[in-house]
Formats: sequence, structure tokens, C-alpha cells
Amino acid sequence: MMISGLDLDLDRLATPVPVWHGRVALDDWQEAAIAVRQAGGRLISLWGSDRAGGHAVCAAYAVNDGLVWLELPLAGGQTAYPDLSTIFAAALRMQRAAAELSGIQAQGEQDQRPWLNHGAWPPEYVPLRPDGSAPQAFPDTRVSDYPFVRVEGDGVHEIAVGPVHAGIIEPGHFRFSVVGEKVLRLEERLGYTHKGIEKRFTQLPPLQAHRLAGRVSGDSTVAYAWAYCMALESAAACEIPPRARWLRALMLERERVANHLGDLGALGNDAALAFGLAQFSRLREDWLRLSKDAFGHRLMMDGVTPGGVVCDLDRATLDSLLRQCDAIEREVKTLRSVYEEHAGLQDRFINTGQVSPALAAQLGLTGLAGRASGQAADLRCDQPWAPYDGLQVKMATHRNGDVAARVTLRFEEVAESLRLMRAMLAGLPAGQTRSELILPAQATIGAGWVEGWRGEIFVALELDGEAKDHRIRRCHCHDPSWQNWPVIEHAVIGNIVPDFPLINKSFNLSYSGHDL
Amino acid sequence: MWNIIQLIARNGIRTEAAPECSDALRVETGRIQRELLEILGQALTIRMVDAGSCNGCELEIHALGNPYYNIEGLGIKFVASPRHADMLLVTGPVSRNMALALQRTLEAMPDPKLVVAVGDCGGDGGIFGESYASCGRVSNVIPVDLVVPGCPPAPLELLRGILTAVRRCRAAPAPQEQPK
Repeated sequence: MMISGLDLDLDRLATPVPVWHGRVALDDWQEAAIAVRQAGGRLISLWGSDRAGGHAVCAAYAVNDGLVWLELPLAGGQTAYPDLSTIFAAALRMQRAAAELSGIQAQGEQDQRPWLNHGAWPPEYVPLRPDGSAPQAFPDTRVSDYPFVRVEGDGVHEIAVGPVHAGIIEPGHFRFSVVGEKVLRLEERLGYTHKGIEKRFTQLPPLQAHRLAGRVSGDSTVAYAWAYCMALESAAACEIPPRARWLRALMLERERVANHLGDLGALGNDAALAFGLAQFSRLREDWLRLSKDAFGHRLMMDGVTPGGVVCDLDRATLDSLLRQCDAIEREVKTLRSVYEEHAGLQDRFINTGQVSPALAAQLGLTGLAGRASGQAADLRCDQPWAPYDGLQVKMATHRNGDVAARVTLRFEEVAESLRLMRAMLAGLPAGQTRSELILPAQATIGAGWVEGWRGEIFVALELDGEAKDHRIRRCHCHDPSWQNWPVIEHAVIGNIVPDFPLINKSFNLSYSGHDL
Repeated sequence: MWNIIQLIARNGIRTEAAPECSDALRVETGRIQRELLEILGQALTIRMVDAGSCNGCELEIHALGNPYYNIEGLGIKFVASPRHADMLLVTGPVSRNMALALQRTLEAMPDPKLVVAVGDCGGDGGIFGESYASCGRVSNVIPVDLVVPGCPPAPLELLRGILTAVRRCRAAPAPQEQPK
């Protein structure tokens, strides 16, 4: 039984990680969420879709045995469904987005403010509705007024930051209510980089859309491309060659290390240790240059393709990848001791931006940040798929939930990824790197679930059959940033404003992956 | 502290020669600095705006600051305020939600100003194109002087693009037009 207490008819999808799909009745929608919550499961994603007979709302839950994708068909053109945000707090913003993109409303949800639409398109236009013809021209963009929550009191003032930030960062707005230097409340407003990715998917041929998936969030291009390809391959029942799986995993771990190196440098810099940035950005550059030589692209964009991977490694490249693992390990070890022995740095890191394990569990903090707050979940350990199933991935977790914990976690994950990569390079199976993918004749669905460097990336794909030219009917991409952005609002409470960049960087969440 | 000094000494200076702006020849850092001074009479200051990118371009712009490219050593600095900037570096297809912020950033910059659109998205909308949520290329929203193609462009191409834009500004010293 996947969800205890509920009798659900679930189909196992042809995914390398265990994913089930099934329909629920209106009465069971909240019951299922409660049952998952009670069993210690997590809400991964919530999104809207359309069926021939009307609309539907979908939710993906991580349970012990894998992932359950539940679908609630809404009969007769209905657009209301029961609210999940009281059961899973993380559902709140996802429901707000589903209202704007798919035109379905969570009944009784407290927060009805628009989330992704800042006045860019008329509210009556529902972008993801298949029949909804887009107005040819929208009126000139007017920025709608957003009612931020005001904090009243003696000496309280607001600091408004963004969307254009002071550095080379993605856009978003942060509204701080402060007394002196202390943050009383932070409210985020995101959606600035919303560029209609999910609508764009429906306009692309399935065999080319992995390029779009690889551009949902540039720092997680391998994870997204893999999740999309996994979804397409499961829909098409396409088995990819073992060598392709190993090469994908190798790229995924390289992506993890590249991001961790960048973040470790930036975190040192945000705490005024410019030396850390110089050293780690040097290592990251070495890393990216070899990625370019080995996989044809510094960020490895478009390296993962439906049916396999585009590039293969020869003996000489394997050797240089191995040598680089050794070199980086040595250097990172030295730098770790520098970081740990630096009193000034540790003073800024320790107890800053703390999220207790209890709060993390309540709000659904996930991925790397979740593991730093005692949330022991890592898909590579929990549901290991090839090649992770034979590598015994060691999960790093901490309980202190502060910037220091998120820094330590990165150091530990770099070390573990280097170990995994060495094992992958040593045991890389011979053979093809790509198999042919034939699009299914019938309409079908697929799912992809991958542990990216930031957390789990999930893709839900619905394909049309031959009769409708194999079009993508719906492709929903989920970034772990959806869960983690709201937690930053809590993490900064009581901290000083100048520590916000440090706290924010220690989470390093995606704007583009969230805004879509 | 000793550890840090030792590491700094052991790694030495890793900065590589900067690229020539138009041909493939490499030039010394000094010449680029001299050119910047000749053209602008000062160091070049850049305000960067992500107008809706996937963050890929930002990663590579960040890389310009690493010791290999050492962009600050060339006299090029990323600044926090548009009021301090000579050049606006824009990434992404311009999302409709960012269009106004981008226009306002440009307006806040003092004249003369240069605009460089970065990446395939900045140049032609890229894979995202134009839609209910995206205005597409940067030049659909603000006037653009130069496009650096690539997805994302490598740091060397970015540097080449930035230097070419500055060069071109000397070749055509007429005040920049402001097409509507």
C-alpha cells in the first residue's frame, strides 16, 4: 500500500526511480495529503492540467516507496479544488501559481494575491489552457500594485530591495521590515523571470524539448535535462544503454561539484574573505574548462539527450577527469581547514540564518538546505537508480540548520561526489551511449525525478499520440526552490540586514527555476 | 593566517592574457587599460541586469571575476547602481515582468551609455522566444549597441564583446541615439 488508509488504483510508470500515477476522487484529495503527511511523506509539487472533459489538479508526493503522482479530475468545467496549504505549507505558492497558469483555484486558500503575473497579461487569459487563444497584443506592461504585509510599530521601517539587485544575481523583490538593523519580517515577491516556459513546452517537439528543460535553471541544466529525458523515456518505454546512465550520473555529479565550488567561494566572499572567492573560483574555472573538453560545454548544456547522451569519453579524457578529482580533492581539503580555522569567518557563519529541524519539517524544507536542517532525504540514497544503486551514496546531514551547516554540507557533498565520480570513471560500462527513442502511438504520460545539486527536480510529462502529431500536451517542471524560498523568510527573522546576502547565498535558490 | 599566505604564494598569479577585441590576437593587459582610458577617460563600469535569463549567462559573467580572467585587473568593474555605470549588460529574453525595471535601470544611467545584450536569448529571444510572458530579444525593449551570442557565451567571448562595444564607441563617437 503506497498511502496507508487509502485504497488507490495506482499504475507504475516505466521510470528508473519508482513513480506511480493514479486518480483520486474529490473526497480523497485532502485525505491523501493527510495520510502522506502522517506517514512522514513530503509534497513535491502541485500543478494544474487539462483533460478532455475538463480541468485537473495534480500533486506529487514523496513516500517511503517512491513518488506518487495523484490526479484529481474536476468534473464539468469546475475550477475549484480543496486547499492543501493547511496540510503542506509549501502548497500555498504552488496553488497561487496554478490559479494564474491553469485557472484552477484552491477553495479556502488564505492568500489570493497573484504570484507570477505582475500585470503582464490580463487575468482572464489562462496561459496553459489548450483552447485559450492568446490575445494578439497585450496592453503595455503595467506593474500591478502588490499588497505587502505591513508591520506596524514604533521605529519599524521598510527596506525594499530589487527586482534589480546590487550584484550579478537573478531578479526578485525582498521587502524587509526592520527595527534598527534587526529584521522583523521578510516578504518575498518572485515571478520576475516568468517567461512562459510551460507554455513553450507545448509548442516544441518532444525530441527537442530537452533543450528547453536544460534552460529552466542554468545551474541545474544536467538535472533538468535528465529529469525531462527520464520522463520522455518512461512515456516511450525507452531503455537507455548502461553507459549512457553512467555518463549522465557523471555529469550530474560534476554539476553538483561545480555549483558547490562556486557557492563555497561566494560564501567566503559574503563574509568578507575575498581569498576564499579567489581560490574557489579558480577551482571552479578549472572544473568548467575540463567539462568543456570532456562534454563539449562548460555547463554541460545539451549533453543529456532523449535516449542517452551526446558525447562519449575516450581513455585520455577519463584519465584527466580522474586526475582532476584527485587535484580538486586535495585543494578543497586545504581550503576547508582554512575556512574552519578562520575565526572571523566562523563568527559570521555560526548561528546565522538558522532553521531548526522542527521548522524545516513543518515547512517542507528540502534538498541541500533541508539536509543541513536534519531533513534526511536524498534521492540518490532513498531511491537509488542506476548507477547510484551500486555506489552506496553516503548522505550528508546536519542538525544546526545555520549558514555554517550549509557550508559544511557542501564540503562533505563535494568529497562524496568526488568519490562517486572516481567509482563511476573506474567502472564505466562499455557500449552504446544512446538508444533510439520512438514516440508512443497512444497518448501517454511519463515522469522524471532526479536529485540535482539544490534538491530534487521533478518533471511530469503528458504526451499526445500519433493522432495528434506526438505533441507535448503538458510538461510541468518543479524546482526545489518552491519549497525553500518561503523558508528563507523564516531563516532571516531576528538576523541583521547585512547578514541577508550571506543567508540567501547559503541557500542559493533559483529564481528562474521557480518563476518558470 | 599562515595557511592563507602560503596558499596565495603557492598559487601565484593565474591571470591569463585578455583577448583582442576584434581579431584573434592576444594583447597585454596594459593596452586594454590604455584604450579604456583613451576612450572613456576612466575605468569602465558595468551595471548588469538579468531581465529573465535562466541564470546560465550570470554564471559566466561571474566567471569573469575569477583570477583567470581578472576583469577588475583590466579596469572593468561591476557596479551596484546604474547611476555609476557606463555600460548596461543585459541577459535573458526580457520577461514582461522585468521590462519596466529594465527600462528604468537604463533611464537611471548617465549619458553616454552603452548597452550590450548577452546570450542567444538577449540577441533573439533564444529558445524562449516571444510569448504572453516574454518580450523576446533585449532590443525589443531598449536600444542595444552590441550582442554577444552564445548559450551562454564563454567568459572570453563576453570579454571580447565588452571590449568591442567600447572600441566601437570610439569608432563612432556620435552621441548614442535613443530609438523608441
